[in-house]
Amino acid sequence: MPPVTVRVQPDPFDTAHETALLLRGQDMVGGVGAFTGVVRGGNGLVALELEHYPGMTESQMQRIADSACERFGLLGCTVIHRVGRLEVGMPIVLVLCAAAHRGSAFEATEFIMDWLKTRAPFWKREVFADGRSAWVEARADDDAAAARWDGIVAAAGAELKK
Amino acid sequence: MLHILYFAWLRDRLGRADETLPLPADARSVQDLITQLRARGGEYGAIFARPEQIRVAVNQRFATVAAPIAANDEIAFFPPVTGG
Repeated sequence: MPPVTVRVQPDPFDTAHETALLLRGQDMVGGVGAFTGVVRGGNGLVALELEHYPGMTESQMQRIADSACERFGLLGCTVIHRVGRLEVGMPIVLVLCAAAHRGSAFEATEFIMDWLKTRAPFWKREVFADGRSAWVEARADDDAAAARWDGIVAAAGAELKK
Repeated sequence: MLHILYFAWLRDRLGRADETLPLPADARSVQDLITQLRARGGEYGAIFARPEQIRVAVNQRFATVAAPIAANDEIAFFPPVTGG
């Protein structure tokens, strides 16, 4: 199996550092797909508070990353998800996918994000400037985005279905 | 003993993150456990009367309400996930 790193942490991540680690010792990588999720503001939102299920979260992230490596022939993959209180504008999630060619790198990055949103046990609470807070509700279009991969990766996906 | 975990708004409404209880004598599945929890009434009654708004994991794997349960299982109840 290619090198897979999954991590849940309150601290910020350093994309350049993580990319260097991912590429260390690799000589067949032609590109790294990278996605950084950021806390989006609007409607008075000041921060998100992220909660997770320790243990299950890491094992689900590992399964998702392994599935991506298998499906897209990745040469390495890093997924880091932050938890705790994250202010508007702060990075929240990092996905790096190393592949021989850009097509697989782009696709795998999107695949991992779609599955993270629907298959990894994280929950967001929105905190607003006036002191209100509310749990974010799951979005039907996230389910739809994740489901479009099912036909392609039915075998790998069956055990991850929520 | 069953170890039961609650996350996000379930934990907020129930006022606890977890509890342990003996495997009920007639509980064979997650659905049986849900029925027992619902019978407590109050917030438990309100929440477990609507299992469609809840997701469940047995021993840290997503499961359906039909999943079997056994003594010493870790069973988690939570809302649909919203990470990423």
